[in-house]
Amino acid sequence: MPVDAAPSRVALFATCLVDGLFPDVGKATARLLSRLGCSVEFPMSQTCCGQMHVNTGYPDEALPLVRNHVDTFEPYDAVVVPSGSCTGSIRHQHAEVAERAGDAALAARASAVAAKTYELSEFLVDVLGVTDVGAYFPHRVTYHSTCHSLRMLRVGERPLQLLRAVRGIDLVELPGADQCCGFGGTFAMKNSAVSTAMLADKMRAVLDTGAGVCSAGDASCLMHIGGGLSRLRTGVRTVHLAEILASTEAAS
Amino acid sequence: MTFLGMPSVASTSGHVRASRPFPDAAADALGDAQLRANLGRATATIRAKRGAVVAELPDWQELRAAGAAIKDDVLAHLDTYLEQFEQQVTARGGTVHWARDGDEANRIVLSLVRATGASEVVKVKSMATQEIGLNEALDAAGISAVETDLAELIVQLGHDTPSHILVPAIHRNRSEIREIFLREMGEVDPALTDEPRALAEAARRHLRRKFLSARVAISGANFGIASTGTLGVVESEGNGRMCLTLPRTLITVMGIEKLLPTWQDLEVFLQLLPRSSTGERMNPYTSMWTGATEGQDFHVVLLDNGRTATLSDPHGRSALRCIRCSACLNVCPVYERTGGHAYGSVYPGPIGAVLSPQLTGVADNASLPFASSLCGACYDVCPVAIDIPTMLVHLRASVAATKPALSPEHVAMGALARTMASPSRWTRALRFARFGRPLARHRALMRLLPPPLSGWVAARDLPTPPAQSLRDWWAETDGGRR
Repeated sequence: MPVDAAPSRVALFATCLVDGLFPDVGKATARLLSRLGCSVEFPMSQTCCGQMHVNTGYPDEALPLVRNHVDTFEPYDAVVVPSGSCTGSIRHQHAEVAERAGDAALAARASAVAAKTYELSEFLVDVLGVTDVGAYFPHRVTYHSTCHSLRMLRVGERPLQLLRAVRGIDLVELPGADQCCGFGGTFAMKNSAVSTAMLADKMRAVLDTGAGVCSAGDASCLMHIGGGLSRLRTGVRTVHLAEILASTEAAS
Repeated sequence: MTFLGMPSVASTSGHVRASRPFPDAAADALGDAQLRANLGRATATIRAKRGAVVAELPDWQELRAAGAAIKDDVLAHLDTYLEQFEQQVTARGGTVHWARDGDEANRIVLSLVRATGASEVVKVKSMATQEIGLNEALDAAGISAVETDLAELIVQLGHDTPSHILVPAIHRNRSEIREIFLREMGEVDPALTDEPRALAEAARRHLRRKFLSARVAISGANFGIASTGTLGVVESEGNGRMCLTLPRTLITVMGIEKLLPTWQDLEVFLQLLPRSSTGERMNPYTSMWTGATEGQDFHVVLLDNGRTATLSDPHGRSALRCIRCSACLNVCPVYERTGGHAYGSVYPGPIGAVLSPQLTGVADNASLPFASSLCGACYDVCPVAIDIPTMLVHLRASVAATKPALSPEHVAMGALARTMASPSRWTRALRFARFGRPLARHRALMRLLPPPLSGWVAARDLPTPPAQSLRDWWAETDGGRR
């Protein structure tokens, strides 16, 4: 079901985590968008948005990453990111990092790039105007909202609208879905005991649903929840929203 | 913008410095199952109440914006408003004292109490006096300060410290409170049950004797009105009104940021505060007083204690908008699990994590800005729209700047940034990552990892690095098109 509304030049910003550790999420995003008639490019000069540096207290170290990001994505009409958190950093931190360093020109360019950057569910629902992406995923799934998607980007119901339209899916509501899983970047290591306590409650909520799959729009939160679910041998797996939406009956 | 004469280094004393790093104190608190149960139940109840009454107001977001704007105006013209307030209080028979820090405020209050000859004072619940450790200072001088708010009384009788701004005994359940009353109150019926009504009645009888004999009362203030010199306390139990009206001498300790320009501004704040704090449409008792009334001797101590230093930071000053409602504590997933004591300051939770380090200077509370997963729930509920997550990130940079350039974290962050700033170095680094595959497959190997990774693998498996990065796959297949 190709869509006509697609911008002409669309770039995929996979995020460093997907590039290095979860390439299947990037492949799924490309496959999904291509199926919708929107062929994405992967600019090879992309690396990392720098959020971890900023949030750990190293905004000056993040400056070259912001510059590289802006240089890389400036030529495109739209940038799609399979992460609410990295999209949030691009929108709310990049210009600030540049301003802090006294580079007003870079700040202006960063704001312009941020204005055409979309988290995946935003891009699908708001830009392409689709909620039924023609996916098939015959599993019981529960969805964790992720804090930055929910409270920084306000994606609201978009991911759930997309999931509800997936054929074969048994989507069960996650109690307390709006509560943090305890990842928080370096928080998970600096405050690992508190992070673990938060993770325990999130895992309990996931297990209570009886779902075999826990999904989210951020590979980072899923790495955290999945790391806990795997350590406890729960048998519940984590699958990124992009991978569910990219699945089809033909492929399964 | 910094003004001449504005101190940028805090002069702060009292209970706002954590004696242990947050992660250590938090790890201990997490092991207290009773605390976890008490906190989980209490915060869930207040969260639900707040959510219901806030949802009733269609103009809540406009109210928040108005609250923020009024407070920002006060902070931008604090010098003018403070002098106006002083003039008004003085004109109405009150005396205004200025205290640079907690020690100075304690000395002022102590000398005022001594002048009355009283050996006991009754107290209205007040964060400012908790902040400066006034009770301890009075006690050291042989004057006993009696807390009259029920929860503060529980904390005081239990030789404990508050763990929440609004509900200081939130870490105690009713059977623990019964034990404390039986042990500490004296003249309590041994048949006392843990029914809330029976516990409140025991406290009422105990306090009534104190109210009727007290000659001096000490309060804080929720608001001070600059244009009239009026002070205000909002409360639930009526103990505050007893203290404010019965004793001959009233001493109020108020942070300098508590001012509002005019009475009309209360229209905004008396909607924001009760709904955000207790989850009520309106609190039961609102007491307002102007100067010395009905022959009372009235003093107000204006407290800085690090506030002008906080005001001098453009990225941190909006923390001074805070009206101490504690909505941010009740929604915070970190606070809900650790409780307030882990923060080591009378200001716990998200607002404490941004306020305490600013009041003391970040070097003295270096772990607090990191006591958050940056989930953003605090910002959403703050009635004066303090962007706590952004401020935490700003303060983290201030903390990092105090670390030596060769600290392991600094070196690691620099090396990672240099790798990631260069696409070619990054591409090579990702190819190297596949050598980590055996690590993720063998949990025994994981346990050998050093900090900070040891903190991760203590409770979570590592993901298995792929045989090929996304970029290498893309280059090889043209994004799956070949």
